Amino acid sequence: MTGETQVLPLLEASGVTVLYGRQVGCSEVSLDLWPGEVLAVVGESGSGKTTLLRCLAGMLPPAQGRVDYRLRDGGVEEVYAMTEARRRALQRSDWGFVYQTPADGLRMTVSAGANVGERLMALGSRHYGEIRREALAWLERLEIDGARIDERPQAFSGGMRQRLQIARNLVTAPRLVFMDEPTGGLDVSVQARILDTLRGLVRDMGLSVVLVTHDLGVARLLADRMLVMKDGRVVEEGLTDQILEDPQHAYAQLLVSSILQA
Amino acid sequence: MSPVLQLRDVEKSFRLHLQGGTRLSVIRGAAFEVAAGECAVLHGPSGSGKSSLLKMIYGTYPCDGGQIRIAAGGAAVDVATAELSALRRLRRDTLGYVSQFLRVIPRVAALDVVAEPVISRGGAPETARARAAALLARLNLPERLWALPPATFSGGEQQRVNIARGFAHPYPLLLLDEPTASLDAANRRAVVGLIEEARAGGAAILGIFHDKDVRDRLADRIIDVGGFAAAA
Repeated sequence: MTGETQVLPLLEASGVTVLYGRQVGCSEVSLDLWPGEVLAVVGESGSGKTTLLRCLAGMLPPAQGRVDYRLRDGGVEEVYAMTEARRRALQRSDWGFVYQTPADGLRMTVSAGANVGERLMALGSRHYGEIRREALAWLERLEIDGARIDERPQAFSGGMRQRLQIARNLVTAPRLVFMDEPTGGLDVSVQARILDTLRGLVRDMGLSVVLVTHDLGVARLLADRMLVMKDGRVVEEGLTDQILEDPQHAYAQLLVSSILQA
Repeated sequence: MSPVLQLRDVEKSFRLHLQGGTRLSVIRGAAFEVAAGECAVLHGPSGSGKSSLLKMIYGTYPCDGGQIRIAAGGAAVDVATAELSALRRLRRDTLGYVSQFLRVIPRVAALDVVAEPVISRGGAPETARARAAALLARLNLPERLWALPPATFSGGEQQRVNIARGFAHPYPLLLLDEPTASLDAANRRAVVGLIEEARAGGAAILGIFHDKDVRDRLADRIIDVGGFAAAA
């Protein structure tokens, strides 16, 4: 015994299987996510990592198994047993979801400020001045020039759009953020800047994150713990340094041996 | 006095799936203890498994057998069988590891790299930064570099940032993998001073030091790794 007060997982998946018709998306995955932890799910395309992420995030019901979420009051609710309205309310306040392609997570035809303010309004904020002030603060926290608050994201570069998507997700101070290849498709220098910002935000806000990436460098920088997936199954789990320095499974060894040395 | 670190029958081999499943045995029957306030030095030829042993104690390399017991907060954690969450707690509070290589994080200032282990344990940022500044000054890192990210620093400067980071929190058990390698005499003395101070403060220290002068100065006891090296 360590004498420490017991810490309970924030999110728990048990035996989750997702099917696309007769095709298996992911198979019998169980995991715990602890408060303040960044868990990376790695594997090549087609390994089922995005399927798992969407299932955990309440977007894709499992054929078998369950996903449980611990609420702020300590109670636990099964994500797919909630009403649709309740699940959507969670997704808009307690959770965030950062898509690889910013256009999937942003509303491209409204201003940057409205994109950030929307989630606040969904939580019941009605004071325009306050919403705008909050949106401005978040744009600047993500290093987006406040002068561009009234522009639409169509006018933004890829890196700026991604930072805007992150601001839009974090404005409600979520506890849990799902990220699907958040730096995929960006230039290396833009990537480094976003990763660094994410790292700081995770630490300062105490966020728990499930991060899907095929890039072990991204996992190394952000993750406390990693799951390696292949053919829809988790083949290995460990702390980041364990997986990167002494992978046990044949596929994990292949994946790690394929990293380019910096 | 009960030991802070205790190894029994520790075994390790690597299974190389990409080389047709070859099994490479590196450690067999490793057993020793390190007490609080003691500096034990692992000694043996290159390739005898010294660094592997440190990585097994830190939990980076899983063990194939045996026990690695570490005293933590009045109890003992066996790294060989600990849950990942227990291992993370152990690393946060009890177990420090310093190598000669800094894992550079883009865009984080040297001072913050050093202060981070203290802040992530809930320490006040100002106190943590003051501690970081004192350590960087002792290790002769020019003050104009403190606010810069270490990515562009020389190898020796990065190494000193990494050592400062390793000593920012007073871990009761410190694993040191050649922290003084390739440092000049003045900086080597500064690092030796930090190690002596940690030991005087009651830390148990297990290190690898190739430099004979450093070894002679610090070692309370030499552990010959040759006895644990598995025949290839």
